[in-house]
Amino acid sequence: MISVKNIHKSFGSLEVLKGVDIEVEKGEVIAILGPSGSGKTTLLRCINFLETADEGTMEFDGESFDLAHISRKDIARLRKKTAFVFQNYNLFLNKTALQNVTEGLIVARKMPKAEAVKIGKRALDRVGLSDRYDHYPNQLSGGQQQRVAIARALATNPEIIYFDEPTSALDPELIGEVLAVMKQLAEDGMTMLVVTHETNFARNVSSRVIFMDEGKVLETGPSKAFFESPREERVRAFLRMIDRKEE
Amino acid sequence: MSVALPQWLDSFLSIFVKGVTMTVPLTIITFALAMIIAVITALVQFANIRGLKQIARFYIWFIRGTPLLVQLYLVFYGLPSVGVLIDAFPAAVFVLSINTGAYAAETIRAALEAVPAGQLEAGYCVGMSYLQIIRRIVLPQAMRTALPSLGNNLISLVKDTSLASTITVAEMLMEAKRIIAVQYNALEIYLYVAIIYLAFSTVLTKVQRFGEKKFGAYQKRENT
Repeated sequence: MISVKNIHKSFGSLEVLKGVDIEVEKGEVIAILGPSGSGKTTLLRCINFLETADEGTMEFDGESFDLAHISRKDIARLRKKTAFVFQNYNLFLNKTALQNVTEGLIVARKMPKAEAVKIGKRALDRVGLSDRYDHYPNQLSGGQQQRVAIARALATNPEIIYFDEPTSALDPELIGEVLAVMKQLAEDGMTMLVVTHETNFARNVSSRVIFMDEGKVLETGPSKAFFESPREERVRAFLRMIDRKEE
Repeated sequence: MSVALPQWLDSFLSIFVKGVTMTVPLTIITFALAMIIAVITALVQFANIRGLKQIARFYIWFIRGTPLLVQLYLVFYGLPSVGVLIDAFPAAVFVLSINTGAYAAETIRAALEAVPAGQLEAGYCVGMSYLQIIRRIVLPQAMRTALPSLGNNLISLVKDTSLASTITVAEMLMEAKRIIAVQYNALEIYLYVAIIYLAFSTVLTKVQRFGEKKFGAYQKRENT
């Protein structure tokens, strides 16, 4: 469905992505793991054009694009097929939970309001927030806000949802509710590309793992194999360190 | 038997009437125009539109760097010498709105910049265009942030309208001077003027509080 090749991105003299390739098939749930500063988040932001890559190509549903020179029109068109869940939620602060979900439908997709509200309520119900339609973001806990953000992503019926460390800003006791929603989405067949530090999610929910280090993909493979017998020594060290932290 | 009003009440009322018929409309018209100027001036800077941004910076630099009184004189007494004659009231509206607009533009620009970048990114990611995000997400949040400062601009403006008397606008201060010229009771009459300005400012402060409450529902913290 999506194939990205040879992405390069530098910030000033710092080269963050050094030629990354990834492929995503429909229905796959891919976890991107790796140490801080390995370029995971930048990769995701380049794929959704929040950053402009210096070099690279993308194939999306059979169409090809040059990531460094893609037109605004194409960006807008591709974004309507995708959704993004941010680390710090980024809910519209002046909108209620329901308005957050319907905004993209009514404003960007010109959907009649009644229909958008119906879809919005269904999306919020799906993430377990049927009693929070009219709450503003600051009246919600972090976990609830992130679930609204997921509902906002779902409502636009995207072909893929990108998650950028969706649980990293949450208190430990709130992480579970967000992961549960993501697990449900995965089981429902949603295509997901998830930058995460949650190895449990990567191990148990994702179908494939991409391990990044220093701006490159170091290892990729089915989750089970990745965790049971990682090939690279760097990956083994990373997993050992995380296991130790979790004990 | 006709009932004559006591002289002090008569003076007070004639100033107050000027306040209601001149100061208040002057303030309202001017502030409305100033807000339009300010939002546009702030947005062209925020959106970094080349050319317009430089013009905005020059405008703000000039207005903030020169006294309001000089600006009034320039337009009302200066421009006629190059053939531009503007009546006193429109001249006052023009200068006061340009002046207040420059200060309010800085307030709004700062408020726009205080809106987290993530709001814009989230808007892009749900498929909205830049203009849609500005209009529906960023500007409403910025205006809420700017509200207390804009309230200050409004209260300053009410008092600044007194300067319009210097270009022959018949507002409260002008009326006060007229009465003093007949009655020679400057202390009393200027006290009335001060009291009426104080009353106007107090009302505006209340309106500002009300507005902050009404538009700030999303900023109120509640335990749920």
